[in-house]
Amino acid sequence: MKRNRILITGNEAMAQGAIDAGCQLYAGYPITPQNEFTAYMARRMPELGRVFIQAESELAAINMVFGAAASGARAMTSSSSPGISLKQEGISYLAGAQLPAVIVNVMRGGPGLGNISPAQSDYFQATRGGGHGDYHSIVLAPSTVSESYDCMAKAFDLADKYRTPVIVLSDGMLGQMMEPIVVQSTEYRVQRSKLRAKPWALTGCKGRKPNIIRSLYLAEGVLEKLNLTLQKKYKAIQEKEQRYEGLFLDDAKIILVAYGTMARITKSVVKRLRDKGKKIGLIHPITLWPFPKKAFTGKPSSHRRYLVVEMSYGQMLEDVKLAVEGKFPVEFLGRAGGGIPTEEQIINKIVKLSNC
Amino acid sequence: MEKIFSHPKSLRKVSTHYCPGCGHGIAHRLIAEVIDELEIRERIIAVAPVGCAVLAYDYWDFDCTEAAHGRALSVATGMKRIRPENIIFTYQGDGDLAAIGTNETIHTANRGENLTVIFINNAVYGMTGGQMAPTTLLGQKTATTPAGRKVASEGYPLKISELLAQLPAVKFIERTSLHSPQEVIKTKRAIKEAFENQINQIGFSMVEVLSPCPTYWNLSPKQALDWIRDVMVKEFPLGRIK
Repeated sequence: MKRNRILITGNEAMAQGAIDAGCQLYAGYPITPQNEFTAYMARRMPELGRVFIQAESELAAINMVFGAAASGARAMTSSSSPGISLKQEGISYLAGAQLPAVIVNVMRGGPGLGNISPAQSDYFQATRGGGHGDYHSIVLAPSTVSESYDCMAKAFDLADKYRTPVIVLSDGMLGQMMEPIVVQSTEYRVQRSKLRAKPWALTGCKGRKPNIIRSLYLAEGVLEKLNLTLQKKYKAIQEKEQRYEGLFLDDAKIILVAYGTMARITKSVVKRLRDKGKKIGLIHPITLWPFPKKAFTGKPSSHRRYLVVEMSYGQMLEDVKLAVEGKFPVEFLGRAGGGIPTEEQIINKIVKLSNC
Repeated sequence: MEKIFSHPKSLRKVSTHYCPGCGHGIAHRLIAEVIDELEIRERIIAVAPVGCAVLAYDYWDFDCTEAAHGRALSVATGMKRIRPENIIFTYQGDGDLAAIGTNETIHTANRGENLTVIFINNAVYGMTGGQMAPTTLLGQKTATTPAGRKVASEGYPLKISELLAQLPAVKFIERTSLHSPQEVIKTKRAIKEAFENQINQIGFSMVEVLSPCPTYWNLSPKQALDWIRDVMVKEFPLGRIK
């Protein structure tokens, strides 16, 4: 097994992670702050005999991914918030046709054209479906460059396992920062994940009945059946795929809840306050959909309160409230449009909460 | 005795949902015959459009996918890049290819993707109830041009084939019609060439087929064929464009 330690940006780490996961086609369209991703793929994919396409639009890119996924390949696209809005049509079709694909969103400030600063304002869009119809994408949220690399293999594995689109939610800060990571060779990755057979894929009907990829079902009751199949799949995902990291949950009186870049910042806060003997903990969701509800079902007797910290005005907050079910107070600290809650702001908020 | 005519292997033995006098049934059959003759059925992947022909996969007997409205050529691009050994074609109407999908059409053609495109031009949106298409003729009455298409408000019929012919990566474009047996035979010949081009890796090839829609032209099936011959071909002249 070949392992290399390299210094790399979050965007490039995700690109290398996709390559090491056996991604065969990447289609993208320029948008800041994810351009390093596309440029990395433009350089590396052809060297490996794989497919890179600069598409004429986000719509074209996601539909190229649809075509590659329908013909059995591991395929992906990446973009940032306004571009991801354009991809929603394609993501809904991927979900309806039950095709595996990976979509990376390096989130920036919104709404509208917004700006190119980091943000977490696309949480609702990612976790609630985003496009039309009753569907969910699996949503993974790395919080370091190393996790950005690692989560790509996981994203492709989950996409293939459940035949569903998987969204990786990064942000402008995580995408741009550099950290050392350990990379593994493609051979290792692909062998490890033991790629699933795709007997449903379009390969030409040699020696078998024709395959059809579709999401249109006009006959009475048939579309409802497809929806029930999807719902069953989503329930299985919710039961099996919740992931989170918990710090000091056993004795914490105030539990911070944060993902992505905010998970890093809140981790520093937890460390600083623990050093001072404060009973602070952290729930760091790694899957945003399914939301890790099980992290909130600890000892029912111990009183605690939650403080959700986001680079938005309270999106994951709703999932935390749903998970807590009104049993404990849920507080919130958030900034958006390029504003990033600082350690000091978080500590001040905690001090205020401790006094009341 | 030699059998010289039978049901194509690539066409399922089912009745279609198309209206009486519609051209889609003929076009589907021509494609199926060509695929049989070229012995490529087991290599074919078809991309069905959004429009009346979305259910084409119920009639063709080979691998097919749907695509979102207008995105057929992007889907086909993704497939062909992954599976260059397969023969991949899109079957698209005028709204799909020349309105909502114009961007995808022009850029796929400009990249010179080695694909075959069958473009059904019936000058109207059929599936949604006969609205104006980019190819609707001036003066033609539709659900959304009740007084007839006017230059001042709707512009001219879009000649996407002539437009694509300007692109250096486009290798073959021919406009044909289904209004008479002779023209049907010419259409089949053009479709065959467009598939042979892909097999021989020549590049982007498209056949624009003028096809009757009696229902939304408010004509009988016979009148619809005559309307193509007498009116439509004046705006959309037949023959090899590139």
